[in-house]
Amino acid sequence: MKILVCISNVPDTTTKVRFVDDNTRLDTNGIQWVINPWDELALTRALQLKEDKNNAVESVTVVHVGGKGSEPTIRKALAIGADDAIRVNAEPQDAWFVASQLAEVVQQNEFDIIFAGIESSDYNGAAVGGMLSELLGVPSISAVSSMDLENDQVKIIRDIDGGKEQMTSQLPLVVIAQKGIAIEPRIANMRGIMMARKKPLNVVEPVEKDTLVEFVDYELPQAKPPCKMIDPENVQELVDLLQNEAKVI
Amino acid sequence: MAILVYTEHWDGQFKKSTFELVSYASKLAEAANTQTVALSIGEVEEDNLRQLADYGADKIISVNQQNLKYVDNQAYSSVIQQVADQEEADILVLAHNNTGKALAPRLSVRLQAALGSEVNQLPASLDPFMVNKKVFSGKAFANVKLKTDRKILTLAQNSFGIYENTQEPVIEKFEPTLSDDQLQTQVAEVEKHRDKLLLTDAELVVSGGRGMKTPENWDKLKALADELGAALACSRPVSDEGWRPHEEHTGQTGKIIAPDLYIAAGISGAIQHIAGVSAAKYIVAINTDQDAPIFDVADYGIVGDAMKVLPELTEAFRKARS
Ligand SMILES: Cc1cc2nc3c(=O)[nH]c(=O)nc-3n(C[C@H](O)[C@H](O)[C@H](O)COP(=O)(O)OP(=O)(O)OC[C@H]3O[C@@H](n4cnc5c(N)ncnc54)[C@H](O)[C@@H]3O)c2cc1C
Ligand SMILES: Nc1ncnc2c1ncn2[C@@H]1O[C@H](COP(=O)(O)O)[C@@H](O)[C@H]1O
Repeated sequence: MKILVCISNVPDTTTKVRFVDDNTRLDTNGIQWVINPWDELALTRALQLKEDKNNAVESVTVVHVGGKGSEPTIRKALAIGADDAIRVNAEPQDAWFVASQLAEVVQQNEFDIIFAGIESSDYNGAAVGGMLSELLGVPSISAVSSMDLENDQVKIIRDIDGGKEQMTSQLPLVVIAQKGIAIEPRIANMRGIMMARKKPLNVVEPVEKDTLVEFVDYELPQAKPPCKMIDPENVQELVDLLQNEAKVI
Repeated sequence: MAILVYTEHWDGQFKKSTFELVSYASKLAEAANTQTVALSIGEVEEDNLRQLADYGADKIISVNQQNLKYVDNQAYSSVIQQVADQEEADILVLAHNNTGKALAPRLSVRLQAALGSEVNQLPASLDPFMVNKKVFSGKAFANVKLKTDRKILTLAQNSFGIYENTQEPVIEKFEPTLSDDQLQTQVAEVEKHRDKLLLTDAELVVSGGRGMKTPENWDKLKALADELGAALACSRPVSDEGWRPHEEHTGQTGKIIAPDLYIAAGISGAIQHIAGVSAAKYIVAINTDQDAPIFDVADYGIVGDAMKVLPELTEAFRKARS
């Protein structure tokens, strides 16, 4: 069984975002790039499944659509433990463009389980995983918070509004992962970092695709008025404010 | 031409979030000078279906087949596509919840329709079709152009409001064609959080962080939540420690909520936590540290010990009610 993990490269979550060129472009100066948090959890789970000798997982590959500048993030995924990596050499333009590139990669190489994250923490699209499964014509299960293998069958828990469902599925399958799929992301150790340098990182050229959406420009949220401080000895005042000023209770 | 809105139900009942979605679709239909068609999949009584017309649905299409009891993403997106084609819908609207996030991207590919995900208001213009959405987990907003003839939108929860607009609806049944190879996922077991106010539906939320110190201290948060009829939430370390269940964790990697009021006790206000609650209309912070970042985003703040403030606050609310 072969596993593929789709990885997007995002600014570290503590980044203060700024825009340039008339607010049409993210200012990338000084940004530290990381593996999208959900992809990191999905990768961690994929590696755990491979290490469990009850499972017949041959390999865990990571794939990323992005320019050469994102190779450090891909190397990080290799250092954490992925066996090899594929980079589609194109700047991501929109979800449709990215999913189309990923679909091409999957069609060239066979994978049984494909992980994607529920969303990228930069553009919050929540789109690529679902689009990829549709392009491949394979099932997808979304909001997956737990995944196991049993005799090469997947056992999945997905979160629904107000509960959870235990599921199985035919393979190949796109698993769209959220929190819970692994508890803590795995961190690369020294040996992993050394080994990552020798692992294969295959660069493939993109197929030609248009885009369906265009991010025109950006704005920062309006500044909030300063917090009104209330004397801890007089919580009654807070109740009054919530009733009469905010009118929320 | 039409706007098709996919409505979700829970054991045959719609929720406020559904009515918000239909309200949004019908305001959009008004702007686009077209009609609103609501689609419901599964078993819903006619009286309940009719409720959708109270918020502007002109036509209600009901699909009820045994093999569609559970959401299978391939099968459901095929059904929605069939209805969209029959109705010649050029805009589809879904909720930005777990189901909507699963179906909308598949539909985007099927219909070759641009996807505007997690939009938070009506489009700024219809030609070009411009929507506004949150990016960088709430640290900024983007204006996005949808370039195709057909479009799909997912609406951020609690972002629009509910508007009554009663119509005399046409109610129709629809029989989709589905082959077995479109049903490749199976649900073996369902576990429901019964009798619990859902965090994503709640208007009032009381939340605790590591500053609450022990799981036992949650009694104080629960007492306040009960008094207010609020749902409980927590920060990520609290659920990682197992003090509270995972579904209560809010933030970038947890639930994203937009209640009217969010009371945060013993929460420092890390940026990843705020990503999940910044859409709250009002935030109250209770924290011993006057420099805690939570006070930068809060509307009202109390510098004090949550163990002492929470019971007093509960008491003050009780008095105010009686
Ligand atoms: C990739 C990534 C994703 C993350 N996603 C999330 C997420 O989704 N949600 C999330 O919450 N976190 C998330 N985090 C973690 C986040 O960075 C913070 O570590 C976390 O939010 C801190 O939780 P806390 O406020 O409960 O605890 P702390 O930061 O430890 O804060 C405790 C607060 O309690 C106050 N306090 C102490 N005693 C009292 C008292 N007696 N009364 C009142 N106040 C008191 C302290 O002054 C302090 O401000 C994420 C981190 C990363 C790296
Ligand atoms: N450029 C990319 N390369 C590879 N995978 C991606 C890329 N962008 C997004 N993904 C995958 O799709 C998921 C959802 O991303 P998005 O639709 O951008 O929110 C991510 O968690 C990744 O698994």
